[in-house]
Amino acid sequence: MLQITSIEKGIVIDHIPAGFGIKLFHYLKLDKAEYTVALINNAYSDKMVRKDIIKINNEIDLDVDFLGLINPDITINVIENGKIVKKVKLKVPEKVTNVIQCKNPRCVTSIENYADHIFHLVDPEKRSYRCEYCDDIVIPYSI
Amino acid sequence: MLKGRHLIDPSDFSRAEFRELFDLAHQIVKNPESFYKSCEGKILATLFYEPSTRTRFSFEAAMLRLGGSIIGFSEPNSSSVAKGESIADTIRTIECYADIAVMRHPKEGAPRVASQWLTSMPLINAGDGGHQHPTQTLTDILTVELLKGSVENKVYGFCGDLKFGRTVHSFIKFLSNYEGIKLILISPEELRVPEYIREEIIKKNNIECVEVDKMEPYMQEIDFLYMTRVQRERFFNEEDYIRLKDRFILDKEKMKYAGAGTYILHPLPRVNEISIEVDQDPRAQYFQQAKNGMYVRMALILKLLGIY
Repeated sequence: MLQITSIEKGIVIDHIPAGFGIKLFHYLKLDKAEYTVALINNAYSDKMVRKDIIKINNEIDLDVDFLGLINPDITINVIENGKIVKKVKLKVPEKVTNVIQCKNPRCVTSIENYADHIFHLVDPEKRSYRCEYCDDIVIPYSI
Repeated sequence: MLKGRHLIDPSDFSRAEFRELFDLAHQIVKNPESFYKSCEGKILATLFYEPSTRTRFSFEAAMLRLGGSIIGFSEPNSSSVAKGESIADTIRTIECYADIAVMRHPKEGAPRVASQWLTSMPLINAGDGGHQHPTQTLTDILTVELLKGSVENKVYGFCGDLKFGRTVHSFIKFLSNYEGIKLILISPEELRVPEYIREEIIKKNNIECVEVDKMEPYMQEIDFLYMTRVQRERFFNEEDYIRLKDRFILDKEKMKYAGAGTYILHPLPRVNEISIEVDQDPRAQYFQQAKNGMYVRMALILKLLGIY
């Protein structure tokens, strides 16, 4: 079995659906990171059979709303002294600000660029959201 | 307490607050003269980024009848908007001069954005794109109450452009707070109500509703048939507009299918969706409806300014 050294202090993003680790890696701009980052593809999982994992050897601020939006089943483990000190369970956020953009060309956000793009959860199962301003319903990108 | 509040969407006020507002509107209808000096020294700003006849005139007439004054623009090219000023800057400037403001804008959600920059001046949405038009709903509801006493336990037919028809969206949203409502939505497939109205308002509130493409079989049971214009300005494609614009025309022949108590409403302006011959029918109430708009806007101004 391939061994990846455990990290001393940082974050492990676990239970990423297999094949989507690389996309998340790029979304989080980890390709530009100046610290050690490991992307593990197709790791064995009891629950998922195959999963991807990202290990980040640094403390960084993760946008949990964004991660919950794209897949609330992803888990985040905070590591200190080589041990998990906190497990963050994601949930589909009730409200997101400037995470997704309104695509309705009639929406005021298409012309007033200082206005925050605010969306409210409509249906947690479909993960659909409603624009605060024009009420347009969107289903954001998910993995 | 409605003093200092904004009316951007029908959900901004509770049912009890609307009741308070309509009770005042009924008093104004009975005796408008007794309110004529209520707003002396107050200024209403009318910010119309899109053309309007009834809404602008009725707001202006309402304020003038209340003894107040008016400032504003009826098209954006005559203001700093033409120089590229943002909504946020315009509304903050207007707040320096006026006590209350009314905004119509072609972009959906523009009055909501504007309201976020205000400190104390109440703002009223006078129509934002194809989204909402809450003061037209006030007009419609006052008309309903004057004709049939109450909003509850009625069948409401909506016909025409239900997709971009902002008056329809606000009306349905308002009705969702009342019991015994049945909706008959008559439109071509392409102009059906938006998803958020169907899913978040009609389905979530378990409102009895049918979506159909013929009006005749349903006219007998309808209490209020709300006709709407297919709006050329909402289409990006002229061909679609031409194909859909004459799909539903209410004429004398079709009125034979309507019940004795089926009233015809229309937010106006109409193009040809109601034949002129129907105007003589006592069930056609759209011009009285336009007059009611002034009375209910008088009540709204008085409430938001905290005068009544």
